[in-house]
Amino acid sequence: MWQYILKRLLLMIPTLFGAAILIFFLLRLIPGDVCELKMAGAGLYVDQEQIDICRTNLGLEQPMIIQFWDFVSGFVTFDLGTSMWTGKAITYEIALRFELSLQVAIMATLTAVLIAIPLGTISAVRQNTWIDYFVRAFSIAGIAIPSFWLGIMIILGLLIFTQAWFGTPWMPPIEYTPIWVDPWANLSQLIWPAVATGWRYSAVATRMTRSALLEVLREDYIRTARAKGLMEKLIINRHALKNSMLPVVTVLGIEFAFLMGGLVVTEQVFNLNGLGKLFVESVLNQDFTLTQALVMLVVTIAVFTNFVVDICYAWLDPRIRYA
Amino acid sequence: MVTTSEVRVEAQFEELADKRPFWSVVGEFARKQPLGSFGMGIVVLMIFASAFATILSPYDPEANAFEHMLTPPNLQFLLGTDQFGRDILTRIIYGARTALFVGFTAAFIGATVGLVLGVASAFFGGRFDLIFQRIMDVLMAFPLIILALAVVSIFGTGIQNVIIAITIPFIPRCARVVRSQALAIREIPYIDAARANGFSNARIIMRHMVPNVMAPFLIMLTAFVGQAILLEASLSYLGLGVQEPIPAWGLMLQGGAEEYVESAPWVAIWPGVAISLAVFGFNLFGDAVRDTLDPKLRSQ
Amino acid sequence: MKFPRLKFAVPLAAGLALSFGMAGTAHAVKMGGVLSFVVGSKIPSYDGHIEGTFGMIHPIRPFYSTLIRVNPDNPQSPTDFVCDLCEGSVPKGADGFKTYVFKIRQDVKFHDGTPLTADDITATFKKIIFPPKGAVSARKAFFKMVDSVESTGKYEVTFKLKFPSGSFIPSVAMPFNFVYAKKDLDKHGYAWHQKNINGSGAFSFVQHQPGSFVEGKKYAGYHHKGKPYLDGYKAISAPKMALRLQAIRGDRAAIEFRGFPPKARDDLVKALGDKITVQESDWNCILLATPNQARKPFDDPRVRKALSLALDRWGGSKYLAKIAIVKTVGGVVFPGHPLAATKEELSKLTGYGTDVEANRKEARRLLKEAGHPNLKVDFNNRGVDQPYKVVGTWLVDQWKQIGVSAEQHVNPSPVFYDKLRKKSDFDVSIDFNCQSVVNPIADVTKYLGSAGNNYGGYKDEKLEEIYGRLLRAGTEAEQRKIMREYETRAIGEMAHLIPTLWWYKINPHRSYVKGWKIAPSHYLNQHLDQVWLDK
Repeated sequence: MWQYILKRLLLMIPTLFGAAILIFFLLRLIPGDVCELKMAGAGLYVDQEQIDICRTNLGLEQPMIIQFWDFVSGFVTFDLGTSMWTGKAITYEIALRFELSLQVAIMATLTAVLIAIPLGTISAVRQNTWIDYFVRAFSIAGIAIPSFWLGIMIILGLLIFTQAWFGTPWMPPIEYTPIWVDPWANLSQLIWPAVATGWRYSAVATRMTRSALLEVLREDYIRTARAKGLMEKLIINRHALKNSMLPVVTVLGIEFAFLMGGLVVTEQVFNLNGLGKLFVESVLNQDFTLTQALVMLVVTIAVFTNFVVDICYAWLDPRIRYA
Repeated sequence: MVTTSEVRVEAQFEELADKRPFWSVVGEFARKQPLGSFGMGIVVLMIFASAFATILSPYDPEANAFEHMLTPPNLQFLLGTDQFGRDILTRIIYGARTALFVGFTAAFIGATVGLVLGVASAFFGGRFDLIFQRIMDVLMAFPLIILALAVVSIFGTGIQNVIIAITIPFIPRCARVVRSQALAIREIPYIDAARANGFSNARIIMRHMVPNVMAPFLIMLTAFVGQAILLEASLSYLGLGVQEPIPAWGLMLQGGAEEYVESAPWVAIWPGVAISLAVFGFNLFGDAVRDTLDPKLRSQ
Repeated sequence: MKFPRLKFAVPLAAGLALSFGMAGTAHAVKMGGVLSFVVGSKIPSYDGHIEGTFGMIHPIRPFYSTLIRVNPDNPQSPTDFVCDLCEGSVPKGADGFKTYVFKIRQDVKFHDGTPLTADDITATFKKIIFPPKGAVSARKAFFKMVDSVESTGKYEVTFKLKFPSGSFIPSVAMPFNFVYAKKDLDKHGYAWHQKNINGSGAFSFVQHQPGSFVEGKKYAGYHHKGKPYLDGYKAISAPKMALRLQAIRGDRAAIEFRGFPPKARDDLVKALGDKITVQESDWNCILLATPNQARKPFDDPRVRKALSLALDRWGGSKYLAKIAIVKTVGGVVFPGHPLAATKEELSKLTGYGTDVEANRKEARRLLKEAGHPNLKVDFNNRGVDQPYKVVGTWLVDQWKQIGVSAEQHVNPSPVFYDKLRKKSDFDVSIDFNCQSVVNPIADVTKYLGSAGNNYGGYKDEKLEEIYGRLLRAGTEAEQRKIMREYETRAIGEMAHLIPTLWWYKINPHRSYVKGWKIAPSHYLNQHLDQVWLDK
């Protein structure tokens, strides 16, 4: 087992290194220049000399290999440097958004669980009935509806209905308040994106619950339980559900990792100052240092989650360790 | 020279192919997979709309007609017009073309390249497989939209580049699934038998391995089409996708549609409905394909 | 087509009436309250001397004072400047308009308590005009006429010019010229103000959450006594237009200072009636189409003229004004300025004639004559909806009508600039001329092939010669005459740049926001010391 863990741990290194190479060179292939954009973005003329000064100050005039070394050695020693766009420490920029992204990810995952487990269970128990079809259609609709469109419709709906019912239009707050400062303001902002993404992310988990449960329901011990005359509800709740949760938890775990940095579009619609929005901004600003750090953060979270999932499986199923 | 072992293997494949008349197959599919059939209906409708776009719609999807600017739905313009006076129904019909083109091209190229790489990686094994696996790990670790965003930023916007941006993240996803399936097949003795008979690598891959990974390939392919349509719409929404005046659903939702969402809701509602329906259809259809092809699920 | 016209007229009338009503209530100023407003762009740094975006001006400008500023009670005037940190009225210039002496107020303190003296002003303008090697200054070029700036007393600053120039005072009045404390510059260096704030403006800095908001609170020691009226403000970042609109509708923000498209104004007025006040103004920005003369066949004036002739400017003005933040047909000079062309003068310019069919027939003839009846154009545009993409889509359609097929490439800003400036990789590109203080003689340098911000890739000696005369022209009548000559050469005969429409600024805001007056630029009149809330 320890040998397996060590092997998997070592395999993370080339993945992370590869990701570092990929993002470093991808970024430098993007046409444009952070200095040009900063100084001349609003249509002013700035002479090349000024732009060169700015580039030198940001270290962009150094040879590629040195820039790459700075980036990799900084990453390894947790010294991420400063954002090329704001000049502030990257750890500060990320910390500022991390809390919001984490909270949305947790709330969305909770929503997904609340949707997926009951619906998946009903769907499995009533397999191939109209309830089953309805549940499946509902969860697939969650994937199919574009999140940005859903977001616009939610905000519009809130504005129209509150105006119709209460006389004054209401919409969620547009700036973030930490939950311990004002839980009401915090939740009234984040509940909407959490529900919208939770619905979306429940789709795979619903399907997983359904098929895992179907598999378990055919097992011998369930048949025994039925033969004993136990109530169907009890069988499902106490025996079947518990034993079919592993793949569901796995799927939710992996999705949670992607929720941390992947809410690129949803964060735009709800004006959430999270990691996804920061990523889009930093790419569009040509802010190399910040984009690199963000990508490495997301990649590390994803790689690490995969690692944990693999270890769990190996622990549960010894055959995997020797494959 | 055909050996007995190969004949036996090919006979196994034969069993998979159905010899019943076409309509009875469709009928059974519809009975067993009502959702899948509904999805297929949407897919067929989309293909029909994009094939006959020029006949179905009387208007030019691109020409400005300011005298009809932001007309609400009426008999002349069934779904209304947008801020440039262009008929929305016409743009949705032509938009189906764009969506299908992007969706199918990206899904097909992505899945095919993934198939080839996955099978080759499993077949050759060793160092090639190890290095290839690490590259796939790297690509898989990037969220789909982030990779697409980076690619579009480099190559610029426009249909071809959007397709490239969507295709690249698909490759590792398909390659990985195909590889694991192919690895299992490689262990089956008949591959050794084929080797022992002196067949070329190419022949073994094409005749023995590829047909056996067709099921996951087709499952991935159908799943990708819906994802590609949605990704294209998301990229267009971020301003990095297909460009005006080309009719595309995501583009129709961007910019103007957001400004007019209240005063002219038809501008924002219909393209959203079109995207949702299309992705819904492809997903339902894809699920049905998965249920039919995946032997583990089939028994349920 | 009864529908759009009806919808358009009603809110406009209501809005204008409301904004006129505002002036009458000015005496009953209410103190207190916090103003929330939304900003659609980002803050690259806090240093006004190196930045040029409204994304920095709107949230940061209220922390700083400037030497002089556009009269906040009359921001529409291009010539009405008043003192902010100086005393009395703005100096007229002595010694043949080559010496300007500013008396500095003695009651000004920076937010950290340091008293402000002439040395601070001098150090500030030295940073702007004569930056040392290694320091950036974005508007150095505006001060080419300045020979020296020195403190000639504890509270007196003297500018000496190399040659008289009418664009000196407008340049000093630019809202980007934040006055910094000399001790900060001496102690922390020239880069300190990019990340730190110590001004003498109406508000002092509280906090900035990058990507989210900037917060300021009333500065009790502000030198304009009795002001500011507000207790503070919050500038909330909201990159999506739809969300900015919804924020005002849902009262999460009271105002947005850049400008909304007309339809958005109508929506707000329809939904909220008299809770919304609308202010409108011509805007000192124009969108241009720049043909790349380094590429064939755009070196041929006939081709460029054809591209200009294809545009139905008068018709476009009517319709685009409903969906985009553009409206006014004009030449090279800000419409409404004394030096601007009249409608009659305009209609003689290439592509400004009112008979569109005749124009387009002529365009097709010119293209045929030039040997390019089916011209294909690689058209570079900027990925910003308002107004770039809307006008871009309109241009593509207009050109199609003379047989020119343009493929539009909408690029995110960095890629857009890369193609426009560095690589010159386009046939025709959108470009814009957007200035803060209206200053036509300085603003029209954009059309000179030699100008740094001109990307047409041409040299036109004759145009340079005309500009030389324009710069030296003494009287307004003479300036006006030469300006017509310049205009005809630049956009008529040669069609170096192809003007589309001038922007039109529309600011619908919550009616309880009082004391803010719209200016012809989204950079101007943003110190917020006169704003109050009627709640």
